[in-house]
Amino acid sequence: MGGLLIKMYSFGFKFNKQVLSISVKALSKNYGSQKAVDEISFEAKPGKILGFLGPNGAGKSTTMKMLTSFIPKTAGSAQVCGFDITEESLEVRRNIGYLPENNPLYTDMYVKEFLYFIGDVYHLRNLKSRVEEVIKLTGLEKEQHKKIGALSKGYKQRVGLAQAIIHDPKVLILDEPTSGLDPNQLIEIRALIKELGKTKTVVLSTHIMQEVEAICDEIVIINKGKIVASDTLSGLLEKHQESTLEPIFVKLTKEPN
Amino acid sequence: MLTIFKKELFAYLNSLVAYITIGVFLLVLSLFLWVFPDTSLLDYGYASLDSLFSTVPYLFMFLIPAITMRTFAEEKKEGTFELLATRPLTDWQIVLGKYFASLTLVLFALLPTLVYYISVYQLGAIKGNIDSGAVIGSYIGLFLLGATFVAIGVFSSSLTKNQIIAFTIAVFLSFFAFSGFDSMSQILSLQKFDSVLINLGINEHYQSISRGLLDSRDLIYFLSVIALFLLVTKTVLGGRKW
Repeated sequence: MGGLLIKMYSFGFKFNKQVLSISVKALSKNYGSQKAVDEISFEAKPGKILGFLGPNGAGKSTTMKMLTSFIPKTAGSAQVCGFDITEESLEVRRNIGYLPENNPLYTDMYVKEFLYFIGDVYHLRNLKSRVEEVIKLTGLEKEQHKKIGALSKGYKQRVGLAQAIIHDPKVLILDEPTSGLDPNQLIEIRALIKELGKTKTVVLSTHIMQEVEAICDEIVIINKGKIVASDTLSGLLEKHQESTLEPIFVKLTKEPN
Repeated sequence: MLTIFKKELFAYLNSLVAYITIGVFLLVLSLFLWVFPDTSLLDYGYASLDSLFSTVPYLFMFLIPAITMRTFAEEKKEGTFELLATRPLTDWQIVLGKYFASLTLVLFALLPTLVYYISVYQLGAIKGNIDSGAVIGSYIGLFLLGATFVAIGVFSSSLTKNQIIAFTIAVFLSFFAFSGFDSMSQILSLQKFDSVLINLGINEHYQSISRGLLDSRDLIYFLSVIALFLLVTKTVLGGRKW
């Protein structure tokens, strides 16, 4: 009987692990005495897009870099798809698609060559068809034979997205995916992210409040390394009796005079 | 690791860097061996490649840092290291992939010099009058020396975002590792330890292999120095402090 209970318990535990794609508990990052990220906790579920907001320097990128196992954490814990970011970092990285801030790319490589290289890192089968699929998905057909360095900013951003989704990851972490795009490109990229968000867990950071309102289901606002709001979009609007997000953001993150 | 290796090697071969550095290396070497009278093989009078094996280490000191300086410095400067490090790759796979790609390029630079061996072989008063055993030994020595310089170069590149700084550090470290210990051992107050110091330097082991005698101690020396520098490189990268 006891054995059965334990089994049921562990089954439930595993089940929970799968439901929560990202689970962050009291995660901190210190640079010397400066606390870049200060004991933040939040969760993200599949099929939802989580907007990660905050002023510049609030710790958004640092958090994302810790979640992708790029920089080590100082304290706390975080799990992605049930894998610990420090202990099982390789598994974490296998399940994450990441678009870093400023979208760094190998500018000397050709678009296709670059995507083949990234796909090869994941040992993808059917690499050729997958690269073509991703090129189609991100609208890079016309530019696929160019060097990355020769592309415009909008197309570079698409290449950045393409490399993030090529291995069909369960979790997408996008650090300011729409910065510097023109209005037409914005609409296209947002539509793509929204489409991806239907099946994956997406965490994205941005400074555009309309964007958050348009595509995000849940919102986490951080300021000076601490979480100041964590709610659904409608919940947040209701709580603060506002019709848009902007005044709420300003109220929560404004420097006290 | 193979993926990184391929990517790095193609990056070299698709850019002019590889062709220019290897081209200049071969040009300078040819000048030394066939034109400049002091080191000319023709003026030497014996069928021997000694001046090749005494010149190449000094050329490698500049050639290899030029090849390796971009390995990590460029990735850090452009931010692309973040692209690599957030993949399911271990730091070792990244370090070794880059290391072997640079080493392959050094091998490409070394291969054409076999022509000199053939030339001297043909030119001997009695054809083939050359100590082939010593030449083979010297090539193995040269390869190990190159492999060590590549490890030093990759390490230097991991220290900084600036390729010129990486180059300078690598030249200095390579020079010091090659002949610095020998020269240090001549300092009067250090003469008590001179044999220890000489044994720390690359030159002693390189000369030993060049005699055509492959001693396991020399081999272990080279492999340990390479392993040491690659280990430190991996540690530096693991810190992610830039």
